[in-house]
Amino acid sequence: MGEAAIKLGGKKESTFMDKVKEILPDGGNLNLCLTCGACSSGCPATGLEGMDPRKFLRMAALGLDEEITSTPWVWHCTMCQRCIYVCPMKIDIPRLVYYARQSWPREERPKGLINSCDMALRNDSCSAMGASPDDFSFVVEDLLDEYREAQPEFKDMDAPIDKEGAEFFLNQNSREPVTEPDEMVPLWKILHSAGINWTYGSKGWGGENYCMFLADDEAWKNTVAMSINQAKSLGCKTYLNTE
Amino acid sequence: MRKFGIDTDDLEIASIYQYYAKWIREGRLVVNSDWNKERRIKFTVQDPCQIIRKSYGDPVADDLRFVVKSIVGEENFIDMTPNKSNNFCCGGGGGTLQAGYHEQRREFGRIKHEQIVATDADYCITACHNCHAQVHDLSEFYEAKYHAVHLWTLMALSMGILGPNEREYLGEDLQEVNVFHPEQAEMM
Repeated sequence: MGEAAIKLGGKKESTFMDKVKEILPDGGNLNLCLTCGACSSGCPATGLEGMDPRKFLRMAALGLDEEITSTPWVWHCTMCQRCIYVCPMKIDIPRLVYYARQSWPREERPKGLINSCDMALRNDSCSAMGASPDDFSFVVEDLLDEYREAQPEFKDMDAPIDKEGAEFFLNQNSREPVTEPDEMVPLWKILHSAGINWTYGSKGWGGENYCMFLADDEAWKNTVAMSINQAKSLGCKTYLNTE
Repeated sequence: MRKFGIDTDDLEIASIYQYYAKWIREGRLVVNSDWNKERRIKFTVQDPCQIIRKSYGDPVADDLRFVVKSIVGEENFIDMTPNKSNNFCCGGGGGTLQAGYHEQRREFGRIKHEQIVATDADYCITACHNCHAQVHDLSEFYEAKYHAVHLWTLMALSMGILGPNEREYLGEDLQEVNVFHPEQAEMM
């Protein structure tokens, strides 16, 4: 009689990766890794914190949950998806990173991201710099008046906010209205010169998405919905991302 | 939006690069690269991951190049390698600019910095704000010669409608080129 076959473990505990697989379409292909390393060799975050995408995925597969949900590497990875692009099995490592970010208690996530997201939630602008709809319209109108006068070729130029029925709805990164408003003017002139019927929105004009970076799903959803719903309520045909 | 089931109905979600290219092709936007024929200032372009690889792919990367070549001249555009959907992230995405890990962010960006230096371009066109802030910072940190410039700034320059106070991110070589209402420089 030979010895009984060795049995490994008992009932397998559900790991962090199992949970993420349940959320992702096709489980994010997280089980399909061939360990080829294409992801890591083409990742600019490889080496930071002694981590790389393949290592991160393998650690998740091995159930090293504590390590992967505590490494600050998840805040260095930009979730740029180049690893998916080069992966023969199209494994969604960035989403694994996203949920690892989410596993951090909100108050322990990077302060700069918490602040930027909280700013966006402060009012209907969804601006990561906290500028209110009134601040925004004040800056835009003031600047418009100044340029109409100084550059008479553009005396009829407009930069409308909440124009009903405009064809295009544009978002706007907060950096310009808050810190360097003159930098918005070239865009307005281009649109004016091409005869484009466009508008900003008083709600949801902020082009940033720090709640997404913070991995705060509920807040991310609210800011995106604010912007899209404003574009829809104005009857716009196209939402133009100005980034 | 798909993630959250937000209904966009008939609202098209697009990148402005597609429309810049369309408006130029249709003749609605009249740009040209004559200002750079003699000067031969060299430009490269950063493909924003969010717009290109993650959203619209190579067709919009091609639109972006069409716009860039139309305004700086085909012979003055030098692509990075790799590029388009296979481009390296600059390191300014994913919230890294606000996350506080500056040393790691700049180390991440070293690949991008080396890619830009390899083109020997004077300017890296960054049409995305995250990329703009990151590439600008990389150039300063690594003491490189390249500037980070918004696409719309160069479009307006090529159209002859860029005033003296809209040139924050242009180098000295472009401060005096095609200036619209130069008298404004003293006024404001």
